[in-house]
Amino acid sequence: MKTLILKTASNYLLPVLLVFSVFILLRGHYLPGGGFVGGLIAAIAFVLHAFANGLDNTKGLLRFHPGFLMPIGLGLAFLSGLAPVLGLDDPFMTGLWFPDPFPVIGNVGSALFFDIGVYLVVVGVTLTIIFTISESA
Amino acid sequence: MLAAILLGFLFALFLVFTGKFFRGKLAILSALIPAGLFAYFSSFIPQISSGEIIHKTYQWVPAFGVDLSFKLDGLSLLFSLMITGIGFLVFAYTASYLKGHKYLDRFYGYLSLFMAAMLGLVLSDNLISLFVFWELTSISSFFLIGFNNTNPASRKSALTALGITGFGGFSLLAGALLLGSISGTYSISEMLSMKEAIAGSEYYILAVVFIFVAAFTKSAQFPFHFWLPGAMKAPTPVSTYLHSATMVKAGIYLLMRFTPVLGDQEFWNTTLIIVGGITMVYSAIHALFRTDLKGILAYSTISALGILVFLIGLGTKAAFLAAAIFIIVHALYKATLFLVTGIIDHQTGSRDVTKLGGLRKIMMPVAIAGILAAISSGGIPPSVGFLGKELTYEASTHAKNFTIIIVIAIVLTKILLLWAGFVAGIKPFVGKLPEAHKDTKAPGFLMWAPAVILAVLGILFGIFPMLIESALVKPVVSALGADAAEIHLALWHGFNTVLLLSGITIAVGILLYFFLKPSAKLEKGVGKLEFISPENILKKGTHYFGVFSAFWTNVFQNGYLRNYITTIVLFLVALVGYIMAGNSGVIIDHNQLSEVTTYEVAVVVILIAGVFYTVFTKSRLAAVAAMGVVGLAICLIFVFYSAPDLAMTQFSIDTLTVILFVLVLYRLPKYLTLSDYKMRIRDGILSLALGTVVCLLALQVLAEPTNSDVGDFYAKNAYILAHGKNVVNVILVDFRGTDTLMEIAVLTIAAIGVFGLLKLRLKSTDRSQ
Repeated sequence: MKTLILKTASNYLLPVLLVFSVFILLRGHYLPGGGFVGGLIAAIAFVLHAFANGLDNTKGLLRFHPGFLMPIGLGLAFLSGLAPVLGLDDPFMTGLWFPDPFPVIGNVGSALFFDIGVYLVVVGVTLTIIFTISESA
Repeated sequence: MLAAILLGFLFALFLVFTGKFFRGKLAILSALIPAGLFAYFSSFIPQISSGEIIHKTYQWVPAFGVDLSFKLDGLSLLFSLMITGIGFLVFAYTASYLKGHKYLDRFYGYLSLFMAAMLGLVLSDNLISLFVFWELTSISSFFLIGFNNTNPASRKSALTALGITGFGGFSLLAGALLLGSISGTYSISEMLSMKEAIAGSEYYILAVVFIFVAAFTKSAQFPFHFWLPGAMKAPTPVSTYLHSATMVKAGIYLLMRFTPVLGDQEFWNTTLIIVGGITMVYSAIHALFRTDLKGILAYSTISALGILVFLIGLGTKAAFLAAAIFIIVHALYKATLFLVTGIIDHQTGSRDVTKLGGLRKIMMPVAIAGILAAISSGGIPPSVGFLGKELTYEASTHAKNFTIIIVIAIVLTKILLLWAGFVAGIKPFVGKLPEAHKDTKAPGFLMWAPAVILAVLGILFGIFPMLIESALVKPVVSALGADAAEIHLALWHGFNTVLLLSGITIAVGILLYFFLKPSAKLEKGVGKLEFISPENILKKGTHYFGVFSAFWTNVFQNGYLRNYITTIVLFLVALVGYIMAGNSGVIIDHNQLSEVTTYEVAVVVILIAGVFYTVFTKSRLAAVAAMGVVGLAICLIFVFYSAPDLAMTQFSIDTLTVILFVLVLYRLPKYLTLSDYKMRIRDGILSLALGTVVCLLALQVLAEPTNSDVGDFYAKNAYILAHGKNVVNVILVDFRGTDTLMEIAVLTIAAIGVFGLLKLRLKSTDRSQ
C-alpha cells in the first residue's frame, strides 16, 4: 500500500493522532476516554504509519521494540498502587491526590499514573502483536 | 525467633551463589548452622521447664488473620531440639558420606531448607503459617528423595511421596479453614480456650477427619504408609533426618498439638487407637519379610509411628508421658541405626542383611553404636528404650476398652521391633566376615561419631532419666493438656504386670532373633500378596485415571478452534435454555422497552446485511471488511444508548481487529471449501440458537426488578472518593483498579505468547534450512 497521499498524510497524522491519544488519556477521568482507548488510538497511529511507510520505517522511528513498553507500563501501574503502601501505610491501590489541580492537565493523582501505565501496556501489547504477525506473515 | 527460622532459608539461598565453595573441604562448615540453632533453642530449656511459654508474633497478612506467630512450649521445644540436634549430626555426617559429590552444595541447600521449614512447622502458632511450612517440608522432601535424579526409581518414589503428602497438605488446609471458620481464629492458642465450642460444632467430625488425613499421610499411617519405604531411595542422611527422626513425626506433632483442642472425644480416641494399632502391627510384621537393611528400618519406623499415634489415641496422662519419652527414644535409636546402615552401605556397598556379618572387626565404633541402638530399640535395660517400653505398657494396661487386645497388639509389636532392631543393629557386626567384604575400609571419624553420640545418649538418658525429665518430658506432657507435676521417671518400677510383659517381650524377641533369620525366600513369599496392598491399588487407580484423562483430553482438547467454540456455544445454549425454560417461560416487560426509531432500524439493516455478506462472500478479505461493518454498526448502537466509552473502545478494537485479520489473511491462499452444506446448516442453527438465547436472556434481565445499589454507590462516590466524573473510568482505574492491573498483566502475557510463538517458529525454520 505505497500511495503518496497516505504516505504524506501519515507523516502529519502520526503526531496529531499521538497528541489526540494523550488527550483522550487525560480527559478520561472526567469525560469519555481513558488509558485503554488512548493506548489503542496511539497504537492505531503507529499501525497507520507502518502501512504507509513500511514496517521498518516505523520501527526506526520508534528506536526501541514496543514490547519494552509493556514492563514499563505494568511497573508504573503497579507502583502507583504500591505508593500508598510504601508512603502512607495505606492499603494497596488507595487513591492519592495532589490537593490543587495542575494547569491544562487537571487533578493529578495516583489514578492518573495508573492510567498512564494502562496506556503504555496497551500500546506495547497491540504493537508487539501486530508487528510480530506482520513480520512473520 | 523469626531469624532462627529464616536462617535455614537464607543459608539455602546463600548456597545458590556460593555453592562451589561449599562442595569441597568447607562443606563441614554448614553444620555450624544447626549447631548454632541447637544452642539457641537449648538456651530456652530453663524457661520452658519452669512452665513458661514464649510467644512471638510478626504480622503477615493481618486482613485474613494470618500471622507469623510462633509459640515455644514444651512440645515445640522438644521438636526444635530434635530438628537442630539431629540436624547438626546429619549435616556433619553428610560431609563425609557424600564427600566429593558433584551436587553436595545443592544437597545442603535442600537440607537446610527442610530444617527451616520443619522449625517453622513446629513453632507456628497460626494454622495457616503452619500449613505453609508443612507444604515446604513436603517439597524439600521431594527434592531430597529424588536427589539421585538420574535414577528413575528415585524420581518415582519422590513423586509418590509428594503426591501422598501433598494430598495430606491439601487436607490440612481444608481442616485449617474449617477450624478457622468454626472458631473465628487461626491461632491455635486461642482455639485452646474454645475446646467445647469446637467439639460441639456440627463440623467437628469433618474437621477432625481432615486433620487426621493430614497427619496420617505425613506420618505414614496405614493405608498411606507405602510412600515411606519408597522414600528410602534417598541418600541415607535424608532417611535418617527426614524419614525417621523429624519430618515423619510432623503428623505426630500435629496430632499432639491438637490433642488439647480436639482430643478427649470418642471419635478422636477410637480412630487413633484403631489406625495406630493397625499400622504398628501391620508394618512390624512387614519388617520380618525384608532383607534390605533400610527396608527393615523403614517398616519399623512406620510401626513406631503407629505406636505414637496409638498412644495419643489412648489419651491418658500415662499415654502422653509414654509418647513424649518414646519420641525421644525412637529419634535416638532409629537415627543411629540409619546412620549405621548408611556407613555399612557406604563402606561395603551392600545393604543386604543376609550377606553382611562380622563387620565389628573393621569398624568397631560403628558396631558399638549399632549394638547400643539395638539395645535401646529392644527396650532392654538400662537404655532409655526400656523406659519408653515400660511406660507404653503401663499406658496400655490401663486402656479403657478392649484392654486385652490392645496389650497383645502392643506386646507383639514390641517383640517384632526388638527383632528388627537386632537385625539392623547387631546382625551385620557379629559372626564371620564374608569373603566379599574382607577389604572393606574403616569409616572416617566424621561418619561414625554422630552415630556413637546418639547411641550413647540413648543409654545415658536411660541411666539418668532426670537429665530429660524436667527439661523435656514434663513440659511436653503439660503442653498436651495433662498435669505433669507428679511425673517421676525411673528405670525400676518394682515387680508388676508391666515388668512381666517386658520380660516376655525381651525373651521372645531374642529367641525370635536367633531362630528367624531374614531371607530372600520370605521376602519373595510376601511379594505374592503385593497385589492387594494399598500401594498397588493406588498404582492401578492412578494408571486408569491416566487412561481416562488421555481419553477425555483427546475428545475435548482436539486442537480445532471451531470445535472448542461449538462445544462452548452448545453448552451455554443448553444450560441457559434449560434454566429459562424451567423458570415458567420468558417474561417480557414491554414498558421497559424504548420506541424504535428510524435510524436504529437503518443501523440494524446495515448490521444484518453485513452479517449475510460475511457468511456468503467468497473472499476472505471481503468477509473481514464486512465483519468490520458489523462491529461499527454495534458501535453506533452504543452511541445511541449513551455509552460513549464503550463505543470508543469498540471502534478502536474493531479497527485493529480488521488490520490484524488483513495481516494474517493477506498471505493465505484463496478460499478453499472447508465446510460442506451440512456443516454450515448445523453451524447456522447453532448460531441462531445462541442469538435467540442471548436475546431472550437480555429481555428477561430487563424484566427483572433491578438492584442498583452497586451502581448508585459508584455514581455517588466516583467524585467524592476518587475525584473523577467519568464513572466508567473511575471504576477501571480506582474502585476496581486491581482487576485492571491483572487484566493488563494478562494482556502482556498474551503479547509475549504471540511474540514467542511466532519468533520461535521462525527460528526453527531457519535452522532446518
